[in-house]
Amino acid sequence: MSSTAPFRQQSAPLLAVSELHKSYGPIEAVAGVSFRVAQGEIVGLLGSNGAGKTTTLAMILGLVAPTTGRIEILGHNVALKRHMVAPFINFESPYVDIPLRITVRQNLTVYAMLYGAADIEQRIAELAAVLDLENLLDRPTGRLSAGQKTRVSLAKALINEPRLLLLDEPTASLDPDTADWVRGALERYCAEHGAGILLASHNMSEVERLCTRVLIMRAGRIAAEGTPAGLIARLGRHNMEEVFLDIVRGRRPDHARALP
Amino acid sequence: MTFTLPAGARRVAAVVLRHVYLFRASWPRLVDLMYWPTVQLAMWGFLQTYLSHRTGAAVTAGGVFVGAVLLWDILFRAQLGFSISFLEELYARNLGHLLASPLRPGEFILALMLMSLIRVTIGLLPVTFIAMWYFGFNIYALGLWLVAFFCNLVLTSWAFGLFVCGLLLRYGLGAENIAWSLTFALLPLACVYYPLAALPEWLQWISSALAPTHVFEGMRALLGAHQPRPDLMLKALALNAVYMTIGVASFYYWLGDARRRGTLIGMGE
Repeated sequence: MSSTAPFRQQSAPLLAVSELHKSYGPIEAVAGVSFRVAQGEIVGLLGSNGAGKTTTLAMILGLVAPTTGRIEILGHNVALKRHMVAPFINFESPYVDIPLRITVRQNLTVYAMLYGAADIEQRIAELAAVLDLENLLDRPTGRLSAGQKTRVSLAKALINEPRLLLLDEPTASLDPDTADWVRGALERYCAEHGAGILLASHNMSEVERLCTRVLIMRAGRIAAEGTPAGLIARLGRHNMEEVFLDIVRGRRPDHARALP
Repeated sequence: MTFTLPAGARRVAAVVLRHVYLFRASWPRLVDLMYWPTVQLAMWGFLQTYLSHRTGAAVTAGGVFVGAVLLWDILFRAQLGFSISFLEELYARNLGHLLASPLRPGEFILALMLMSLIRVTIGLLPVTFIAMWYFGFNIYALGLWLVAFFCNLVLTSWAFGLFVCGLLLRYGLGAENIAWSLTFALLPLACVYYPLAALPEWLQWISSALAPTHVFEGMRALLGAHQPRPDLMLKALALNAVYMTIGVASFYYWLGDARRRGTLIGMGE
């Protein structure tokens, strides 16, 4: 799937978000967000609860209609050509579930058909090997542990070898060992497929390890943007957790915007 | 040489396959599909037998009661099959996965229509054989008229199903009871078990605006008086065209509304 992604222009980023707004009545959930995700990049989307991360991800996926603004994936305007780019993106989110009453293999088969995966059995076997699901494939999804379900959700998110992957708290319910292993798998996937990942996470050590760049949202806006190391240096902090607290508490937002 | 489905057909097949997997995982779901139609048939079948002995053949000529039960169940089960297949996605919190995938809303609707037909077939096929065996009523003897009755009733059920799914998109599981009960509103008005003339005149106007009324009138004319009524089928078809337009428009409107309101993600909680 990844090799045939229909870039409108080869120079176009995987994802380009411009002046994105979403209002619910008087409440402005997302207030003019702009950013890009290039091939091979893992971009962290950070912010406290209610900052607008999930709404931003949902707008990119087409589940929420923006009030104004433009989203381009592979150079195509999502508002007009969502069905052209949908086979090349995928996502994992705690706000949706993999159906629990059917088996892991049945679920993955259905999603593979929806996304147009070429050799379904082979793709499921590959993912089962990578995500250690081989012994779980024929078990009902509802009988798996939380960590196992998260791995199934990741398998679903990778079923079509997406060029752009949107992940919302992908390791939230995993033990440290499995979480570390999943992070490694995501890094390898990104490097091997030239894919881009937009990762919403509250785990700052995960962000420091995985992300080439981070966007920190506060009250619907991007309050800080830069590389993790650059932000830490610029704010004179020791780690991303301290940077995050500074930004979301509004202590030093002005210094942080548009860092290298 | 291998045959590959076009992308759209493959996505429709994926949604249908998911529901087939659900049936395979749960035999009570299959039993549930056949249970009520069988109970209904038994009740009306025995009533028909009793009345034909007590009052003569006029009221029950040609097995109109059993015929009405079977046709009513086509209408009711097809609507329920459509709406329940949609509800299953809400219960499973899977709607976000489906609508963020390459599946188009039109393909989703088509898959729900196919699921509605599959559910009707599973639920009613055995019951038609019971009607033949125990009550001596062969619905298949209606021939092409059965096809006309079936198509009209299924079109009505899909239009209602689309409207119900639109309501579910707008109000979430709070509108679940409507999915189960909306078609019952037709039961007294669509003249399932009695002729249109049995209603007060002012109610006949309302009843005549319902497509199923013309189907049940047509069935009674065919079974009771052996008079085919193509005019009634055409009226039903015209009304169904209006219903389907309203159904499809409501579904798309409320889907867009759910996107604007941001309620699609997390729907089902």
